[in-house]
Amino acid sequence: MHGYANPARFLKIARPATGWLLGIGLVLLLAGVIGGLVFTPPDYLQGETVRILYIHVPSAWLGMAGWASIAAASISQIVWRHPLAAVAGRALAPAGATFAALCLATGSIWGRPTWGTWWEWDGRLTSMLILFFLYLGYIALASAERERGGEGRMAAIFGLVGAINLPIIHYSVLWWRTLHQGQSISVAGGSTIAPEILWPLPLTMLGFTAVFAAVSLMLMRADLARTKLEARLRRSAAE
Amino acid sequence: MNQWSFVIAAYAVVGLGVAGLLAFAFVTMRRAERAADAVRRRR
Repeated sequence: MHGYANPARFLKIARPATGWLLGIGLVLLLAGVIGGLVFTPPDYLQGETVRILYIHVPSAWLGMAGWASIAAASISQIVWRHPLAAVAGRALAPAGATFAALCLATGSIWGRPTWGTWWEWDGRLTSMLILFFLYLGYIALASAERERGGEGRMAAIFGLVGAINLPIIHYSVLWWRTLHQGQSISVAGGSTIAPEILWPLPLTMLGFTAVFAAVSLMLMRADLARTKLEARLRRSAAE
Repeated sequence: MNQWSFVIAAYAVVGLGVAGLLAFAFVTMRRAERAADAVRRRR
């Protein structure tokens, strides 16, 4: 991991990877969305609205995975003082916040025809809303620290503390049995969704994940370029 | 509203959200990299 501590070495990989991830992500997304909208049957209970599954589940996954990645970057920064960890944290936050917001929005739109309400203060919805607010707090804190020229340690601590919300989101459907359905897909236990409805989901999951990675790389590149620019301006002013 | 209205609304929100995020990231990256290159060339 420390082999990529050198920004020049990191950029050598990040530059081509950005385009590849974006291209692959968009192709997978297109295939998954067309599959989900055209080639899958309606659900026997939910009807056509089940198609929201293909965009809602990946949004939820990326909202949570984004914060898990921020927490990993925070550990890397606090324990090993990895020079790119703070850059990664700052780059991951806008993408994670966007997907957390999309998860809330698509969930709300899905909730209206299936539950009869746009919003309910249920455990899963509320903990996801808290995750979105945590992202906003992290973005504000990390950018304020960057402006001040700090190392981003406060944001890293905030990133670690905020990770406590992830198991709460995950287990909320078991701890508080309210409106949101229980887990339908698990790594160990398979899926309770019919295969003819489920198959486009891995395509959109992978597609959104690749797009998320491409966005994060773009924002990391922007952050590194800004650091380079500031260093050059400081050097020019000193000469 | 029929069920397809909700499906279309959800896909439109996600499409706009992802397109907006991509545009924001791309413009931020291009601006920062161009500014850094411009200062290097000036020196």
